[in-house]
Amino acid sequence: MKVSLFVTCIVDQMYPQVGLATVDLLSKLGAEVRFNSDQTCCGQPAFNTGFREEAREVAAHMLDVFETELKSADYVVAPSGSCTTMVKKFYVELFEGDANNLARVEAIGGKVYELSQFLVDVLGVQDLGLASAAKVTYHDSCHLLRELGVSGQPRELIKNIAGVEFVEMDRADACCGFGGTFSVKFPEISTAIAEEKIASIERTGADTLVACDSSCLMQISGLLSRRGSDIRCVHIAELLNDAR
Amino acid sequence: MQDEIHTETFVENYRSALSNAQLQKALAIATTKFTLGRGMAVASVGDEWNLLRERAREIKEHSIANLDHYLGKFAAKIEELGGRVYWARDARDANAYITGLARDRGISLAVKSKSMMTEEIELNHALALAGVEAVETDLGEYIVQLAGERPSHIIAPAIHKTRGDVADLFSEKLHVERTEEIERMTALARRVLRQKFATAGLGVTGANFAVAETGTIVLVENEGNIRLTTSLPRVHVALMGIEKVIPRLEDLAVFLRLLPRSASGQKMSSYVSFISGVKTSPIDEGPEELHVVILDNGRVDILANEHLRESLYCIRCGACLNTCPVYQKIGGHAYGWIYPGPIGALLTPQLVGRERAENLPFASSLCGACREVCPIKINIPDMLLHLRHEIKEDAAARVPAPARASNRLGRRLEALGVKAWRAAMKTRRRYERSARMARLAQSALGNESMLFNRWTATRDLPPMAPRSFREEWESRMLGTNNSKDKEVK
Repeated sequence: MKVSLFVTCIVDQMYPQVGLATVDLLSKLGAEVRFNSDQTCCGQPAFNTGFREEAREVAAHMLDVFETELKSADYVVAPSGSCTTMVKKFYVELFEGDANNLARVEAIGGKVYELSQFLVDVLGVQDLGLASAAKVTYHDSCHLLRELGVSGQPRELIKNIAGVEFVEMDRADACCGFGGTFSVKFPEISTAIAEEKIASIERTGADTLVACDSSCLMQISGLLSRRGSDIRCVHIAELLNDAR
Repeated sequence: MQDEIHTETFVENYRSALSNAQLQKALAIATTKFTLGRGMAVASVGDEWNLLRERAREIKEHSIANLDHYLGKFAAKIEELGGRVYWARDARDANAYITGLARDRGISLAVKSKSMMTEEIELNHALALAGVEAVETDLGEYIVQLAGERPSHIIAPAIHKTRGDVADLFSEKLHVERTEEIERMTALARRVLRQKFATAGLGVTGANFAVAETGTIVLVENEGNIRLTTSLPRVHVALMGIEKVIPRLEDLAVFLRLLPRSASGQKMSSYVSFISGVKTSPIDEGPEELHVVILDNGRVDILANEHLRESLYCIRCGACLNTCPVYQKIGGHAYGWIYPGPIGALLTPQLVGRERAENLPFASSLCGACREVCPIKINIPDMLLHLRHEIKEDAAARVPAPARASNRLGRRLEALGVKAWRAAMKTRRRYERSARMARLAQSALGNESMLFNRWTATRDLPPMAPRSFREEWESRMLGTNNSKDKEVK
């Protein structure tokens, strides 16, 4: 099986280790992983801020990249629920009235997957036969949960790591307050929301927070680190790839 | 009209809300209570809950799509039953009609039930100018009125006040000994309000639903004050937006199961009143006159916008407020007008003008929790995204620019930033060059610089990776190719 990695710009530039972990994980599971360096950003920052024309131009570029990749790859996989949602769901809205691009979105949409969903729903693995020692809690990122309907898959993958103690936090499905440009347009509200999230995390006594989106992790770890907390924030790709 | 719209100062509003410890406490308690209550009430319905929501949505879709038909039918039925219908274009129009009624009939005291529509048109203020005292009879709304404030929640107007606040308020305004005992405070308000009910000539209510086939106004409440408002005074005026009409009584059954569960976590509210016409014989109870004021007040424009039409499906349950992470933190007053939370962020710009409330659609993390609890499955996040788009389009075309210089500058910088971003994201070469520049900027200017401080004032920001994923990938590929070369040799 050939898988093309949609690394996302935030992982590419801020968290390359998440991209590398995704590649290694998929390779271990027998996938042949490709990466197309023409990819940039899915366009969500502009779409989210109301600048649809600009978002469309960038999205059209990404459609070229995905089409090229899917000529030889079976799937496109991204370590992000949010960027996957942008492509699968919001591109439909973005290209409203543009039959040509809508057809392109439809053709590729069904082959684009978020990593944890891909592992469980497509590759059919729940138990990777891994072991690790950590007390882990999981944060549902909003797009992954409410747009893609993914919540059980990452939890199964985590719980099946031998030696991991999984603790559900209260209000795991509550937003972390990131919200893309919301986090810098209204930083005080964004931070106040994150404070609730880290209180929930801390109440679990977990030493490790796992999520499927680096953007949420940047928000949560940014506040935890400012508070001097030693709770580790890791992407699910890293957790799964680092376990033995 | 009084200027009670404070949407332009949204940033100042929410900052002051965030630093108000008392408010933070009150919000946490109230939103948690409502959220838990709703959760249990919904769970008790089981799988049928989603079917009910879908059915309610279908009914609203159908009603709104055939609004002219159902409104016509409803109005005809009302008049057949002896009521009068007044079609009001806007707030001024509606207020003039109602104050005119009071004046013609020599009425100087009105009792009111809680109604968002009367808040929307500032009816109390108009009545006061016309020499009519208007007394709010919902306990929470009465508290807010005594305090000279406006409601901060659609169904719980005094949600921002603690028991102690109310005790202070009552002792000051009603000149009684201060008590924090809830029963005693309630009894006191009850005594004052009973007096008003007994003497008022006019009763003003909103309408939760308007049933077209029977000409029935349906009012949902818990305190019994609406029952009194609609039965004791000689004249009853009911105000409703054009979107309130539903086709049949049968449809009402769906909404009556959804509304109390979503709003207050109740299976059923204590009172549901069905008002159909006026009394027809001396032994009947109820008012002699019924006037139904049907308001547009900006709704026809919403109806005309296919992307935002769904805003009109709202039944004002307030569930989206309670579950919203933003509302939970900033409360209702910060939104600057009467509709707070996700539904407020959506409705307010459409009703008071996008340019006056342009911050509101952006003040959402778009987490989608509101859509999840909405009894009508209104896609609020999606419409907020659309509204953001409309606002940016309007802004690009708008003359003059916003009044505040800081807003003008901010808008210009944002537009320039997005243009630069677009250029950078369209080709690999420019993307990689921009990433190098960003890396340089971060290391040269530092995280505390203006470029990053909207993030870093409260949160740490990791440095951009010294080597991007794509660079790592290239190295790996090169490595693999080299080792392959060696093998060949």
